[in-house]
Amino acid sequence: MNDDSQNSLPPEPLPFSESERLVDCYRLMQRIRKVEEHLCALFADGVIPGFIHVSIGQESVPVGISRHLSDDDTIAITHRGHGQAIAKGIKLGPFFAEMMGKRDGICKGRAGSMHIADTTIGILGANGIVGGGISIATGSALAHKLDGAGNIAVAYFGDGALAEGIFHECINLCALWSLPCLLVCENNGWGEFSKTERQFCGDLERMAAAFDVHYCFVDGIDVGAVTTAAGDIITAMRADPRPHVLECKVERFHGHYEGDPQKYRDEAELAALAERDPIIHLRKRLIASGIASAVLDEIEAKLENEIGSVVAAARAGAEPNFAEASLEVYAQ
Amino acid sequence: MSAAETVRIGQAIGRALGDAMAEDERVILLGEDIGAAGGPFGVTRGLYEKFGAQRVLDFPISEAALVGTALGAALTGYKPVAEIMFMDFCTLAMDALVNQSAKAHFMFGSQTSVPLVVRTPHGGGLNAGAQHSQCLEVWFAHIPGLIVVCPSNPGDAYGLLVASIANPNPVVFVENKAMYAKKGPLATPPAVVDIGTARIAREGRDVTVVSYGAAVHWAEEAAPGLAADGIEIEIIDLRTIQPWDEATVLASLAKTHRLVIFHEAVEAFGVGAEIAARMADVGFDELDAPIRRVGAPYCPVPYAPALESAYAPSATKLTAAVKQILN
Repeated sequence: MNDDSQNSLPPEPLPFSESERLVDCYRLMQRIRKVEEHLCALFADGVIPGFIHVSIGQESVPVGISRHLSDDDTIAITHRGHGQAIAKGIKLGPFFAEMMGKRDGICKGRAGSMHIADTTIGILGANGIVGGGISIATGSALAHKLDGAGNIAVAYFGDGALAEGIFHECINLCALWSLPCLLVCENNGWGEFSKTERQFCGDLERMAAAFDVHYCFVDGIDVGAVTTAAGDIITAMRADPRPHVLECKVERFHGHYEGDPQKYRDEAELAALAERDPIIHLRKRLIASGIASAVLDEIEAKLENEIGSVVAAARAGAEPNFAEASLEVYAQ
Repeated sequence: MSAAETVRIGQAIGRALGDAMAEDERVILLGEDIGAAGGPFGVTRGLYEKFGAQRVLDFPISEAALVGTALGAALTGYKPVAEIMFMDFCTLAMDALVNQSAKAHFMFGSQTSVPLVVRTPHGGGLNAGAQHSQCLEVWFAHIPGLIVVCPSNPGDAYGLLVASIANPNPVVFVENKAMYAKKGPLATPPAVVDIGTARIAREGRDVTVVSYGAAVHWAEEAAPGLAADGIEIEIIDLRTIQPWDEATVLASLAKTHRLVIFHEAVEAFGVGAEIAARMADVGFDELDAPIRRVGAPYCPVPYAPALESAYAPSATKLTAAVKQILN
């Protein structure tokens, strides 16, 4: 439930285009949120096997970035990448079917949550390896640079990846070769089950500075700020290919994996998360600027209808066949 | 009979790279010191001058990023050929090779191919020690999704490299650093060699010797001495380790009824183990003697010449094994 009664923001109307843009962001953030809420329920019911890692609380980052990307721009996404894939435009039918391990899944049931890809729209794969996508995005950025068409690559990673060697190799290479790679750190303060401060004593801003890479920090509670920052950066990158680091402070509302009891997190921290919900934050802001709550409710109702029917269709899909799958270990 | 010239294996590899680059502008090279420096073994000499810094990319000493970057470029329309200076350094790039490149086609539901070649030299004989001499090809042969190739002569090196670059799958192209200067014929024009096809390097009726890489030459060294004792070995050069040419090996076994697998890599859990197990299954009725393997002992490659020469598989060790299974 959204609580519209508390409103600490100034009731200033937003300019029309700005409010339209933010309503779009609201729609897309809610789309991600509702999809992941369905994923959690389906996982709890045993309909989705394996492991899933949801990005509830982090939706503002891919939403703010993807509105500046085309299908020809490429992204490498993380194990917590549902929102990154949905914001890039993955179709929900094949997405849910993939999560359920169905034959009609976008990856024919061979990927699941941790490896989902849609290369037709530039999603070069989620990754089960922390930091595993950073070099793939770097290589894709190299291809974009050689093509010279102004496309860019985005490497999504969490703060947990900062201690991985591959990040250090890649920021060096991106800077050395001036590759149009946007290095996006979704900093949720946790690397799996441990606080980041217990894992990493560096500082991303100063690391970027050490390689002379432009760095930008945004509080991910504000999707408008993410959108503005990402827009400025991506526009600059298209004109002048070079890497940028965008660090977004977000909160991980759920556990590392779905079902994680999170005994390592204290209750006060968990209780305070609602204050940092980017969707609630945006809803308050939109209402304060004069958007009727009924408009936002209708957006949510439409999404619920759409997602509900997509889920039902995916559940009815056929199981994949191993004999068929085993013939596709190699490309012909 | 077409014309041929005599070239070194390293030259044949360089020529294959140059021809593939001239043929398809999406072919790019990435590696440490491969550009202006011409490559640590001179294999890429002249390519930087011919194709420029945009297509012959001198990479920092970052092997993990090297293969990952090559993969990212492959997924974005290019055909990268990455060079890992010594096969031992593949250890630093295992995530990109094993978890990423090998899986992308299958795991993404065949949405995409991965036209990526990783060239890398294995092998000892240069007293380079335990971290610059290993033969690790079997690691990659064990990973579904990878192709593993290992030529033994200039013609095959050329033909297999052209085929590897054209292949839509990730290929680990294993070279032998001690053999870069070895000379042999290269046809004019050079021929493509199909991946997965073995070559009968020497015909013989008594014992089949399955080999690849430098060991093919050691087997050829052993053959005249054995022939003088009335033993004719048939030498099969596998050329491709995964997928290996089972039909050619089985056909030879059906002729000789005896099998030795001979390679430079450590014998235990090696390529020979797989071939032996498979032939003990599908070729059981053809066998007149137990299958023997001749490979390196279960020991890191030692440094001192006296140690390394005692360690390395050789014509002498093969000769002993062949004679043993005939007794």
